[in-house]
Amino acid sequence: MKDFMFIFKNNPNAPSATPEQMQANMQLWFGWIDKLKAKNVYVAGEALTATAKKVKGPKAIITDGPFAESKEVVGGFFIVKANSIEEATEMAKDCPDLPLNGEVEVREVMKF
Amino acid sequence: MEYTPSSHRQFVEHLFRHQAGKMIAVLSRIFGIHNLEMVEDVVQEAFLKAMQVWPLNQLPDNPSAWLMQTAKNRAIDIIRRQQNFQQYSIEIARQLQQETETTIGQFFLDNEIADSQLQMIFACCHPSLKPGDQVALTLKTVSGFGTSEIAWALFTNEASIRKRLFRAKQFIKENNVQLEIPSGIELAKRLDTVYTVLYLLFNEGYNSQKTDELIREDVCAEAIRLCLLLSDHAAGNQPATYALLSLMCFQASRFESRVDDNNSIILLENQDRTKWNRELIERGYYYLSLSSDGEQVSVYHIESAIAAEHCLSKNFASTNWSRMLDLYDLLLCQKRTPVVMLNRAIVLSRLNRNAEAISEILAMEEIDDLLENHYIYNAVLGDLYIKNGDMVIARTYLRRAHTLTQSAAEKKLIDSKLLSIDLVSKN
Repeated sequence: MKDFMFIFKNNPNAPSATPEQMQANMQLWFGWIDKLKAKNVYVAGEALTATAKKVKGPKAIITDGPFAESKEVVGGFFIVKANSIEEATEMAKDCPDLPLNGEVEVREVMKF
Repeated sequence: MEYTPSSHRQFVEHLFRHQAGKMIAVLSRIFGIHNLEMVEDVVQEAFLKAMQVWPLNQLPDNPSAWLMQTAKNRAIDIIRRQQNFQQYSIEIARQLQQETETTIGQFFLDNEIADSQLQMIFACCHPSLKPGDQVALTLKTVSGFGTSEIAWALFTNEASIRKRLFRAKQFIKENNVQLEIPSGIELAKRLDTVYTVLYLLFNEGYNSQKTDELIREDVCAEAIRLCLLLSDHAAGNQPATYALLSLMCFQASRFESRVDDNNSIILLENQDRTKWNRELIERGYYYLSLSSDGEQVSVYHIESAIAAEHCLSKNFASTNWSRMLDLYDLLLCQKRTPVVMLNRAIVLSRLNRNAEAISEILAMEEIDDLLENHYIYNAVLGDLYIKNGDMVIARTYLRRAHTLTQSAAEKKLIDSKLLSIDLVSKN
């Protein structure tokens, strides 16, 4: 089994959800994570705050985020176990944010 | 790592919605209701933070308290930022910060939260707001519904709800409406408007014909919840509050039995009374008994007594119509509206005073206008003329009722009546 990273991006311009919708969405997240844990493929996961800083180039120029130019905001990540990127992608299809125009980037963690 | 089952990560139903209402009420008290938009943003921020953090971490022991705390921290943050403590000595700055925290903290005590919610209800049900705006604003700010859900529940579109909310908020700002719990004679007057709005809210959920939508039951449940909230508070703990509460319980007890599996309307006389919710009926009686205190008999007392009369009868045939007529006569003294007169006329017809029923309806002052615009007056007259054997006149009224109603279920019901007329005429 290999490690894969799910990078969750959400669209900051999506219409804001109602409290009832947020509750339902969060319940789906709980269910999804519990399912991955039950299959023993969930390794780790973290949420990221919206504030960000960028350090760039030889002069280490610092810019304050959130970055307006980016169309999506990275909200968090998972590390999961799967046999192939196809299998990992299949797992990512259950992400509860997809109906809210969310996005999951699936990347294999490189092992040396 | 051992796997822990998900069962403990299950929210109480509508937790977020109810919590949003509480948070909006408390924060509006702190920032002033004229800053309602900013308050809504702070609440939304707290929920978004929870969305980010909770799924990946342990769910807090008390999610409501976590949300409230997040809102509180943000409130303290905003106030601090606007007060520039740095320009004073460190000693006084520290003290002022401490005081800010203590002052704001007090608003988050349980009894203060209850006060804030009640104040919010009074503000949303301000007598100068239009009824439609009162209902929309109450659902948005007190009940934590989103605009999409309000539009859904009230059978309209989001744009119209946004317009109503904008208009209501604008009015509050321009007229400097304050968050307060009125007292003395003013309290009684303001409570009257609150009752009207809550009953309107209940009826919006109850009478909408799109009965397959769960949201309508939510709206009825919300009206009952707000009424309970009112009854729990010293200012709202009045006989009329309990009367309204019992009326809502009696009506809600029939929720399930009013529509069949094909979404057709089942009339009261054909409803399966064993399907009526006993628990709600019991609660209705309980609140009705609590309401029989004091000297005032409100319209809600009488309407609840009428609803109780139906719940008491084993079947439609054994309904005590003469007692019903007495109650309607009583109601008419306080609430001389066309709907009450119409319902009284139906009771007359049940007492075999059919011709009198028809002439009472036709004698209403605004009857021409009502017949032109509302299906129900046509539908009832159609029924009464059928009973009288005047099939030609009956058909005319039923056809007009058919044109006027928007509801597919109502149309279906009228169609079946028209068909039965045709069958009778042929024989």
